[in-house]
Amino acid sequence: MDLLEYQGKQLFGRHGLAVSDGKAVTTVDDAVAAANEIGYPVVVKAQVLIGGRGKAGGVKLASNEDEAREHATNILGLDIKGHIVRTLWIEHASDIATEYYASVLLDRSAKKPLVMFSVEGGVDIEQVAEETPEKLIKENVDPLVGLTREQALDIAKKGGADEDVVEGVADALVALYEVWIEEDASLTEINPLIVTPDRKVKALDAKVTLDGNALFRHPENADLGDSANADPIELQAKEQGVTYVKLDGDIGIMGNGAGLVMSTLDVVAQYGGSPANFLDAGGGSDAAKVKQAIELILANDQVKAVLLNIFGGITRCDEVANGLVAAFADLKPSVPFVVRLDGTNDVAGRKILEEAALPNVHAATTMDGAAEQVVALAKGSN
Amino acid sequence: MSILVGNDTKLAVAGITGREGSFHTLNNRSYGTNVVGGINPKKAGENVEGIPVFADWQTCVAESGANTAMIFVPPPFAAQSALEAAQAGCELVVIITEGIPAHDELKLYNTIKRDHPNTRVVGPNCPGILSPGKANVGIIPASFFKEGNVGVVSRSGTLTYQIGNELAQAGFGNSSIVGIGGDPVPGSSFVDIIELFEQDEQTELIVLSGEIGGSAEEEAAEYIAANVSKPVVGYIAGFTAPAGKQMGHAGAIVSGSAGTAAAKAEALEGKGVRVGRTPTQVAKIAMEILGA
Repeated sequence: MDLLEYQGKQLFGRHGLAVSDGKAVTTVDDAVAAANEIGYPVVVKAQVLIGGRGKAGGVKLASNEDEAREHATNILGLDIKGHIVRTLWIEHASDIATEYYASVLLDRSAKKPLVMFSVEGGVDIEQVAEETPEKLIKENVDPLVGLTREQALDIAKKGGADEDVVEGVADALVALYEVWIEEDASLTEINPLIVTPDRKVKALDAKVTLDGNALFRHPENADLGDSANADPIELQAKEQGVTYVKLDGDIGIMGNGAGLVMSTLDVVAQYGGSPANFLDAGGGSDAAKVKQAIELILANDQVKAVLLNIFGGITRCDEVANGLVAAFADLKPSVPFVVRLDGTNDVAGRKILEEAALPNVHAATTMDGAAEQVVALAKGSN
Repeated sequence: MSILVGNDTKLAVAGITGREGSFHTLNNRSYGTNVVGGINPKKAGENVEGIPVFADWQTCVAESGANTAMIFVPPPFAAQSALEAAQAGCELVVIITEGIPAHDELKLYNTIKRDHPNTRVVGPNCPGILSPGKANVGIIPASFFKEGNVGVVSRSGTLTYQIGNELAQAGFGNSSIVGIGGDPVPGSSFVDIIELFEQDEQTELIVLSGEIGGSAEEEAAEYIAANVSKPVVGYIAGFTAPAGKQMGHAGAIVSGSAGTAAAKAEALEGKGVRVGRTPTQVAKIAMEILGA
């Protein structure tokens, strides 16, 4: 679950990390009012979950009310790589002496948190890691101990932070780690972490990813993120407790189990097709759930053909077949379906489909055969 | 032999009285697994079709002699239950529960490593372990698999069934099938399980089924090149997954340019592991190697 910059900054602020005072607004008038209240110069920043906001004209400095109004007008509604700007963050402009980088993330390989720090801030950190790896300090933290001030000081020194701000950087790292732990984050990143001319350390940006599985501990975080720019079908699926990811193609896919669905997408692509979605109906899907899943798939009007790839373990193929029959009665789909039923109760499932004689539904027995067939059907309908 | 579960397994289940927990526990028992107990503090003294229910892991292990724990309790309590099973002396803790916070998994992994180095955790978010003909611990539909010489280790459940079923249709059986789970901090990695298959006499070929996210497959590739004499066949799911999107499993996410399926397949192939591009191809390669 990715947070917008201002949401991240608000979390930072709550955990004692220095951020500029600011306000999130959704209209030009509110933007101007916020700017007047905060005091000029202010920065008007587009709030979208995509990098490259500055280059796209989504971050502007305003030194008076007219400029604030002009920038807010231009940035609200701006399309930044498919993300429409609906929220602005107005904050007091900071004077910058130096730009650093700091982050905490989950090191899946070491199975420990990883703190990263670099004096090369304000640039793409992957580039720093590749071109000048010696300038990016990476240190694992023992999660049973936490990031001590001692280790944080050590990281700041090793990383080459200016001597007079080593303590300030260490404090920021400790606070950033605290946000990571206490908010159940998988990533907390500040780029740039700035040093002001009066030698204060401050987060000028915030990138935070929270663990959706830990939201039961943080109900107050449940509505964060950028739901305004989320895909409406993905939102609906989330409400229904179905895992659905929208993709760019025209072949709707449903399967049971995340691995099998990922694999189904790949096999369809290998046969020259382009999947329209990832949909894991989950283990033990009953007829009602299957119907719901098909409804989600068909909500995408790009879909020209649908593949149901079921290997029944806990999921029973006869239940899936019944769900499909019920879905057809209600939804009367106009696109062809290929249905592959294998595993638990597959014979019964195939029999149900055969007897129902659903229009334009093709049975397949193997995964490869099913993929080949659905690709041909999708192409045929072009 | 087989690995991890077999004729010596004495299984106890946390969450045995729940709908899923009782269903799968009884399934495991009817397969032949020796199920000796269950945990539910509110139902201690009762039984589930003859399986005694204990108040906590300490009592359960002391009274039933359980050596293997299966965790079915809901996500907020699962990591704690797993830790208590380890503290009580279980050598193997299999966590089926999906949706455990990653930080809980992180603390569990590091605590077990520090305080209970001889306890092995498999999962979370996994289908469990099946040793055909001997024992089933988890939710793998055992009827599709028979005893044989192929060891399977996988991050995904249904994909394992798909690959296993194709092998079975070609006449191959399995020594053990191990689901290590789809979460970011699994208790056991590919390397841990491959090490066991390498030592297992029954296993003649190892199938590794990976997916996007993390670097466990890359680490396995290095390990295989240095330590494994048996043939390994790989599969990676998620070639078409877009970056930054979580594909069902909490751990299945491409972060920037890291964790892609292409990089993983390349890492394995670079170390001489043949990688099937479809589950069907995996079965075909396995058959070729075993000389079907």
